[in-house]
Amino acid sequence: MKADPKGVLTGEHYLDGDHACAEGAIAAGCRFLAGYPITPSTEMAERVSERFPEVGGIFIQMEDEMGSMAAVVGAAWGGAKAMTVTSGPGFSLMMENIGLAAMLETPCVVVNVQRGGPSTGLPTLPGQADMMQARWGSHGDYEIIAVSPNSPQECFEMVIKAANLSEKYRVPVMVMTDECVGHMTEKVIIPEADQIELYPRRYTKLPPEQYLPFKAGKDLVPEMVKAGDGYKIHVTGLTHDEKGYPVMNWEVQEKLVRRLVEKIRLHADELVDIEEMQMEDAEVVIFSYGISSRVCIPALQKARGEGMKVGILRPIICWPFPEKKIRELSSKVKAFVVVEMNYGQMFYEVERCVAGKTKTLLVPHGGGWVHDPEDIYNAIKEAVK
Amino acid sequence: MKATATVQPAEVTEHPMEALLRMDRIPHIWCPTCGIGTALTAFAEALKKIETPLEKVCVVSGIGCTGRVAGYIKLDSFHSTHGRAIPFATGLKLANPELKVVVFSGDGDIAGIGGNHFIHAARRNMDIVVLCVNNFVYAMTGGQVAATTPLTANTSTSPYGNFENPFSLPQLAESCGAVYVARWTALHVRRLARSMTEAMNKKGFSFIEIVCPCSTIYARRNKLGTGLDLMKFYHDNSVIKHGADTREMAIEYQKKIIVGKFIDRERPTFLDAHNDWLKKRLKDKFVAYGGPQC
Repeated sequence: MKADPKGVLTGEHYLDGDHACAEGAIAAGCRFLAGYPITPSTEMAERVSERFPEVGGIFIQMEDEMGSMAAVVGAAWGGAKAMTVTSGPGFSLMMENIGLAAMLETPCVVVNVQRGGPSTGLPTLPGQADMMQARWGSHGDYEIIAVSPNSPQECFEMVIKAANLSEKYRVPVMVMTDECVGHMTEKVIIPEADQIELYPRRYTKLPPEQYLPFKAGKDLVPEMVKAGDGYKIHVTGLTHDEKGYPVMNWEVQEKLVRRLVEKIRLHADELVDIEEMQMEDAEVVIFSYGISSRVCIPALQKARGEGMKVGILRPIICWPFPEKKIRELSSKVKAFVVVEMNYGQMFYEVERCVAGKTKTLLVPHGGGWVHDPEDIYNAIKEAVK
Repeated sequence: MKATATVQPAEVTEHPMEALLRMDRIPHIWCPTCGIGTALTAFAEALKKIETPLEKVCVVSGIGCTGRVAGYIKLDSFHSTHGRAIPFATGLKLANPELKVVVFSGDGDIAGIGGNHFIHAARRNMDIVVLCVNNFVYAMTGGQVAATTPLTANTSTSPYGNFENPFSLPQLAESCGAVYVARWTALHVRRLARSMTEAMNKKGFSFIEIVCPCSTIYARRNKLGTGLDLMKFYHDNSVIKHGADTREMAIEYQKKIIVGKFIDRERPTFLDAHNDWLKKRLKDKFVAYGGPQC
């Protein structure tokens, strides 16, 4: 399915990451966005509120982020491609209904323009410390997908990708950008609509009497219906069977939760999206994402200039974690240097996959500004020892 | 020798509500004499007389005893999170304006944890119907004090009696902008059903408070008698006053309960205001939302 040309602003633009996310949403066919103002994500909601009336979309500024996320889940079941956008404090409030979205297997996208935390933290300055929250911030066991763009161009592309993955796997997908990427203005090339491939919602073709809302096929993703189609479905956040009816026992819980987790884990290999930079002969691998990955480049150049064999491995899809890639590399390279704006989140995933086979170093940062490339360079030097 | 009379029961083919219930989920979890079943019966009755075809009617519930309604009604039904039935319904309605979206939930869900959503949906005049069963306590969790518990009433977390002032829900709904406001008790089944039909046939934020007995928890703790005693209490103490001033109908502990239809007015809904205003400002550039995209 191709994008609707009416929503696609084909051409060359200078956009910040937040605005690029808005254009990505519109190009992806999103016509419902519920949100609540929060720095540094507000510009996306602002642009959507300006653009939606021209493309037949509905923007609603809700009373809070719990309401925003609940409205997004409701809208998805009403047949809209629905999204929301927020930053840390709002992301925390959304967790309740992100869990609902995971439990109801609702396709939707949450953009989190990360800022420094915890709590109110640094509203106008960057952070990357919501990575684990994106994965498991709501209670209970489930898996989601998270992408991490590092430029406005990629914001545009990744929101479309997020929407497509949310439809394919029927999960909430998080777009984990940060204040720097959100507020930096760069060239964004928006292609022709017919160059933008969209994944259609997986509606069932079965008649109501044969349809079971949570019966999944081989890929573990059930087919959907929307409200008003005459199926008279029941959908509940309680543990439910294939019919969607609540059942309070461990057998049904096991079957459901295992499927919610495995429908992503089983597809982890096809969900790998990694950018490699000078990795061909790399002995030291810098693992970094989002804005931090760009700060690694001058450090890499300096180290390369001094003959150190360094490369950058940048996960564009962060969750599911690219385990296989890390495992493969861990028996070949001297060290991993993880650069992220927190005190170790993705780092522990790298360490887990490396499993002691090689050295792992963290270059942490509390947030509020990007790393000093010198700190990264020093870590590389330490790693090659 | 005693004479034995054999009474042949009339042939029963199906339960009168069968078409509207998920019979494969019956028996329900509600206690004997609970008022929620009565409210659901009134709702089923009301659905017979509405203008919207049933496949376009959705029920959204939150969490709690009344939250289970979504699981028994045979319509597209959504059992959402605690307090979030109204924003869930907001998304559902805006995504497909053809739907008639009914929120059926309890006082804890709507006026307690979901209070913020309630006032804002009323303010926006979101085109949904909110049916709120008020049994004065958090019954599902064992009867804790609620935002609706009358002063002095005993609950498991106000064991010396409630000292917090409760909400008067009709007053709250009216002052926030609801276009239809009514209150009935579980005794007023026919009037309640009629009100529900009116609310569902009306455009805009419609609100009905349904005062319901909770004999297992609230009544037992407060020594108010059985379910039958509670119905008798409603019978003796309800005063029907259509059009009554909603500022004067706070429910006091075991005092008179003012019931009736208090508000029935017109205001543009969120979506109408959205479309009318943007069309006025953007003229030909405005493109109205075209219904479900997926």
